[in-house]
Amino acid sequence: MNEIVEGLLKAGQLILSLDADLIEISLRSLRVTLTAVLISSVIGLPLGCWLAVRRFRFRRFVIATLNALMGLPPVVVGLIVYILLSRSGPFGVFGLLFTPTAMIIAQVIILTPLIASISHQAIRDLWAEYHDLLISLNTTRRQRIATLLWDGRRALLTAALAGFGRGIGEVGAIMIVGGNIDHATRVLTTAISLETGKGNFALALALGFVLIGLAVAVNLIIHSLSRTERSGRW
Amino acid sequence: MVDLPILPLTVTDAVVRRRGKVLVGPISAELETDGLTIVMGPNGAGKTTLLRLLHGMERVSKGQLTWRVPEPAARAAQAFVFQTPILMRRSALDNVAYPLLVHGVAKTEARARAAGWLEKVGLADSGSKPAHVLSGGERQKMALARALIREPQIVFLDEPCANLDGRATREFEDLLAETRAEGTRIVMATHDIGQARRLAEDVWFIHHGRIHEAAPAEAFFATPQTPEARAFIQGDIVE
Repeated sequence: MNEIVEGLLKAGQLILSLDADLIEISLRSLRVTLTAVLISSVIGLPLGCWLAVRRFRFRRFVIATLNALMGLPPVVVGLIVYILLSRSGPFGVFGLLFTPTAMIIAQVIILTPLIASISHQAIRDLWAEYHDLLISLNTTRRQRIATLLWDGRRALLTAALAGFGRGIGEVGAIMIVGGNIDHATRVLTTAISLETGKGNFALALALGFVLIGLAVAVNLIIHSLSRTERSGRW
Repeated sequence: MVDLPILPLTVTDAVVRRRGKVLVGPISAELETDGLTIVMGPNGAGKTTLLRLLHGMERVSKGQLTWRVPEPAARAAQAFVFQTPILMRRSALDNVAYPLLVHGVAKTEARARAAGWLEKVGLADSGSKPAHVLSGGERQKMALARALIREPQIVFLDEPCANLDGRATREFEDLLAETRAEGTRIVMATHDIGQARRLAEDVWFIHHGRIHEAAPAEAFFATPQTPEARAFIQGDIVE
């Protein structure tokens, strides 16, 4: 219990003193995760929408696979990305291993199925509502997808935020591909892991509280900017 | 919108079959260029399926529909009002403007025209409200405005007043009468005999997926030719 209180105090102290290391790893955490969420959203949101609207032979299989991929073990993803990016791997020539880019790649692989699957479920319900109207109005498939993405934007925002929640707290994959190198690839979660290993529980907890605060703050800011709780139900 | 007249429509032995079951048909009929046709019949008779078939939302399993112009052009000059209005997650104004936007009209112009239509249907003050806060009658008027904004040559309405009270029904019928007076062809399904008497110029009586009787309204209500139609008009249960 004392350690939790101590951790809280330490967190306050680190924030108030604008600790340079804390700011650096916090910003890196945000940069890696937000970039990964952005890329995953660009891929996952239209993919989820397309799966809701399009009928094709193996659609159910694809959706089931996508749902299953939501539970991808990050450590396995990290390992695969490590092999692919290592010097002897097919993409070794790019020299991306142990860089923030490698961490983003791993997170994109983890987050895209999650965002696509949640957005598919949200858009599927909206498509059921809009189907007859959009067919009756002779809309093209592209127009249908655009309409569903726009009118379902708040549900899609939730999908993106779920991705952010998973990404910001992720440690297994980015530890493997990033290597937790000080001033290079260290982020909040890997720093917590390191400090815990060293027995610095108060500092680890302090970083944990900062991580939670950061996640809550980003969610609040995005909700506020997107006016989620205004304009009635929508 | 298409300038060439799309009517008449000739329906020849059209059948709609789903999972091996015939929902409607075989049906042969003709929709002339002018008029207000009421499609009547008991629940489950096939009124909705017939309207969806005519509008091109149901695939013809057998037979054919022949418009005066090629089918894609004919589709572009039609509109459909559903029994339960489909509310897009937008304001009433943006709901009404939507058909124009998807057909390439600039947003400013689309919204201006939508505002005009909302005024016409008596919803001038409701444009900025989210569609879901409108009352049942207002929703259906908004749906009518959305259907008419592209000035279709023919509008199909599937029991639009089924969930409305007397006053809202009367207001909706007035709007329909105006629409009809402006030259729009109307085909409307209802099982409300009073409404059919008030509005119909001709009647298609449908039962078990087939048109049992197609006649001018006056003749249909005065001397129905089939026992089912007679029973329906008298308010008896038709099975």
